[in-house]
Amino acid sequence: MIGTGAAVMTDTAPVVAPLAEATGVFSYLWLLIALPLFGAAVLLLGGRRTNRWGHLLGSTTVVLAAVYAVILLVNLMARPEDDRAIGQTLFEWVFVGGFTAPAALQLDQLSMVFVLLITIVGSLIHIYSIGYMDHDPDRRKFFGFLNLFVAAMLLLVLADNYLLLYVGWEGVGLASYLLIGFWQWKPSAAAAAKKAFVMNRVGDVGLSLAIMLIFITFGTVTFDEVFTEAGQASESTLTWIGLLLLLAAAGKSAQFPLQAWLLDAMEGPTPVSALIHAATMVTAGVYLIVRSNAIYDGTIFALTTVLVIGVITMFLGAIIASAKDDIKKSLAGSTMSQIGYMVLAAGLGPVGYVFAIFHLLTHGVFKANLFLGAGSVIHAMKDQQDMRRYGALRAVMIITFLSFASATLAIMGIPPFSGFWSKDSIIHAAFEVSLVAGISGMLAAGLTGFYMTRMFTMTFLGKARWEDDQHPHESKPVMTIPLIILGIGSAFTGMALLFWGDIVSWLTPVTGLQENELPLPTIAYEGMTLALVLIGAGWAYAMYRRDVPIEAPQDVNILTKAARNSMYDDAINDVLVVQPTYSVSRAFVGLDNKGIDGVVNGLAALVGGTGAKLRRWQTGFARSYALAMVGGAVLVVVVLAVVRLP
Amino acid sequence: MTETEPSTAEAIVFWVCAIFSVAGALGLILSRRAVHSALWVAFTMINLAVLYLANAAPFLGMVQIIVYTGAVMMLFLFVLMVVGVDSSDSLVETLRGQRVVGILLAVGFGILLIVGVGGALSGMPAVGLDAANAEYGGNVEGIARLLFSEYLLAFEVVAALLISAALGALVLAHRERWAPKRTQREISEERIREGIHPTPLPAPGVYARHNAVDTPGLLPDGSVAEISVPGPLRARGDLRPVDTAALAETIALSEGENVLGPQDHPVADDPGTSPGEPK
Amino acid sequence: MSPDHYILLSVVLFTIGTIGVLVRRNAIVVFMSIELMLNSANLAFVAFARMHGNLDGQVIAFFVMVVAAAEVVVGLAIIVALYRSRRSASIDEPNLLKY
Repeated sequence: MIGTGAAVMTDTAPVVAPLAEATGVFSYLWLLIALPLFGAAVLLLGGRRTNRWGHLLGSTTVVLAAVYAVILLVNLMARPEDDRAIGQTLFEWVFVGGFTAPAALQLDQLSMVFVLLITIVGSLIHIYSIGYMDHDPDRRKFFGFLNLFVAAMLLLVLADNYLLLYVGWEGVGLASYLLIGFWQWKPSAAAAAKKAFVMNRVGDVGLSLAIMLIFITFGTVTFDEVFTEAGQASESTLTWIGLLLLLAAAGKSAQFPLQAWLLDAMEGPTPVSALIHAATMVTAGVYLIVRSNAIYDGTIFALTTVLVIGVITMFLGAIIASAKDDIKKSLAGSTMSQIGYMVLAAGLGPVGYVFAIFHLLTHGVFKANLFLGAGSVIHAMKDQQDMRRYGALRAVMIITFLSFASATLAIMGIPPFSGFWSKDSIIHAAFEVSLVAGISGMLAAGLTGFYMTRMFTMTFLGKARWEDDQHPHESKPVMTIPLIILGIGSAFTGMALLFWGDIVSWLTPVTGLQENELPLPTIAYEGMTLALVLIGAGWAYAMYRRDVPIEAPQDVNILTKAARNSMYDDAINDVLVVQPTYSVSRAFVGLDNKGIDGVVNGLAALVGGTGAKLRRWQTGFARSYALAMVGGAVLVVVVLAVVRLP
Repeated sequence: MTETEPSTAEAIVFWVCAIFSVAGALGLILSRRAVHSALWVAFTMINLAVLYLANAAPFLGMVQIIVYTGAVMMLFLFVLMVVGVDSSDSLVETLRGQRVVGILLAVGFGILLIVGVGGALSGMPAVGLDAANAEYGGNVEGIARLLFSEYLLAFEVVAALLISAALGALVLAHRERWAPKRTQREISEERIREGIHPTPLPAPGVYARHNAVDTPGLLPDGSVAEISVPGPLRARGDLRPVDTAALAETIALSEGENVLGPQDHPVADDPGTSPGEPK
Repeated sequence: MSPDHYILLSVVLFTIGTIGVLVRRNAIVVFMSIELMLNSANLAFVAFARMHGNLDGQVIAFFVMVVAAAEVVVGLAIIVALYRSRRSASIDEPNLLKY
């Protein structure tokens, strides 16, 4: 890999074992998907008569799924380490000639942690939404969409082949479209939903091409069989598959260069943002890359591209998050940055897969916490999202403040909060592979410290800059209880997973693990990272502790301006994609109007003109017609005579 | 008639009828008046009927006379009467080249047929129909046998065609009444409104002295009412002048004088010298 | 004189009928010309029947007559209807169905 000079300490390859038949408690695996799908069906098809209890049903299905997921986890842990992959074939789905794709589910260690994240964090978001969407007339529909989202995401992570994964992948895209545009009466929300959908399509094309290429190469789309045979495929093929899968992941996970939709997606209700950023949607890309580790193992080029994309996105997101005044957009930038961390980790190969997932899990918890906390603040501030109008909320929203503080410390990577363990693992792994990647991770950690402290200070500390009619208050228990749970989770998930759950050895059978020796002891890297985080945090605190102007200052450096405009992603897309497309379209329209229409119309004019001349023969006089008939008869007789007589 | 060769008698019949029928046909296309054309066609058809008879087709010959000449051509004449007897055709051609090209084509067609069909036929032996006619006891029986066996379906279909044609003619010639029928009241009101003579016209031949319709009646003041005489008579000038002596007598009578003495009443004695007699 | 002469006469009558159809403008005369053409065909059928020695030709001529009768009925009805609307029996008169 890039610039690695370290010796390999351990190298554990992934275990490729046949899937065990789903028996006992595992035989109801389909319930995981069926429960939220059932909720979605009832709520969306039931119409208005489900309005009264729709939110309760919607939450119950996901909570039940979460309970079942925990039961599955307990049972899975009871099994021997190399027999933790469960397969369940539901029905034969596609069988055309030699091509078969069963609707089959696969529950292994990787799917399990995703299922837990999706259902547990999803449950909390559902419960929180009961309070947050209390006054919305369409709350029932909202819960229907949320359930659909969860169901699609569960299908995505439980599928045992790429084709079924694609179904879940598209389902996630659809649900995200519906939810981002939930307040469709707002033109900006409708446009944001459309933008998310279209940009996701670009990634989806990558995924569909990748699936086709996989089928052509291996003759199957089942994970098991593809990964078993991955070693035999040529490197160039694997590189193409890897790059196409990366394109898909970039679309879904908002990675450079398909990141532009994520910030606009903040138009959706805040619980949607939490769901998209923490439990579903953006994690799908990371899942796809980690799941396809067998393919990336054979192609250093694709893997390095993943790494580079991750680094770029990590910095892009961090810079954007540092400049945005809208609390949700700032959080969106931080999500980009954190997902960038995960993609970076995935790009490290077997060294980093485990830590990508580890960070994904902890991030899922504290990012849900941050978004729900932000939602609580927005709720209290009467839908005001500008952090410049916040300040001094600590006093009035103590629960939100405490949970948000826990999540902030977690994302900044302050020990012993959960982000510390996962992020330092990634930085550590990055150093094992490449000095550049490691330093990038460290710098981004410093930026994280800056923007999170900035957000936290502007929101909860300093002086109150509220508008006159804003009387912030703590939210209702239905909203604060999930916040408390997530706040505790933000603090302890990392430790719990690392020490009690032993996430590394849990995931190793699926992803493999490689550890390289480093020149410096681990504590040195942790210390340097922590120092950078603290510098960033201190700088932000110093800047925003006192006076924050209500109007954003205009005399700022060019980087800030760019960051405020989301690094000009829309303008770049416009120049690189939209305008060229328009030009090509206009050229085609011109060709169609002049060239093709010219030929067609010319032909029509020729026929029409000839007809206009020939129709003069139709005089309307019966005797003329009779004359023509006699002429014809003469002709027939002449022909007969010529043919017969000689 | 022999089996193969037409007899001399038949040759005479053929040539006479052939010349007559061609003459009739020429008369058809050369007559200026449609009525004349119709008569020429009827003439041609009768001659053709004779030729059918000569060709051992007595049934067809009779049908030709009864159906064609008797029914179809009379129908033509009937329609001609409806359309207007004296609407004579202008023989000036209006379509450019129609007449020349038409005649050329038709004659060329005829020549082609003569050359073609005639050439193909020449030297072909004529079998004659005696055997075929005799098989079932006669020409009519032979045709009947064919009609009701081999051609039964065609016969039925033709029956349907005739019915359809009759219905079609009914539909085509039918005129829809668009307005309601006018009542007597409406007719009389219209007469008054238009100032036409509202009452029945006065009767001719006053005082029953004469029963001729050419004698005008007299109005109460003694003047002559020419309107009492039918129009055509007036138009021809066939108006009988009123007897002035009788008129004077009438006036005297109306004034109470006894002009009619029993001794000199002329009517009973000498009708020839009666003052009312025509000149 | 031979039976061929009947055919020749038939052709002559047919030609004259054709000229009548093409040249005359009175619809009724045109119609009568068509009748003449039908009759000339009948004559040919009758002559053929005699030449071949079977009655099929006569039966066909019979059917021609029946069909001609039906045709006359409809055709004359059309002429009457035409005369009613146009006050004329000219065949050149109804020429609106054209270019």
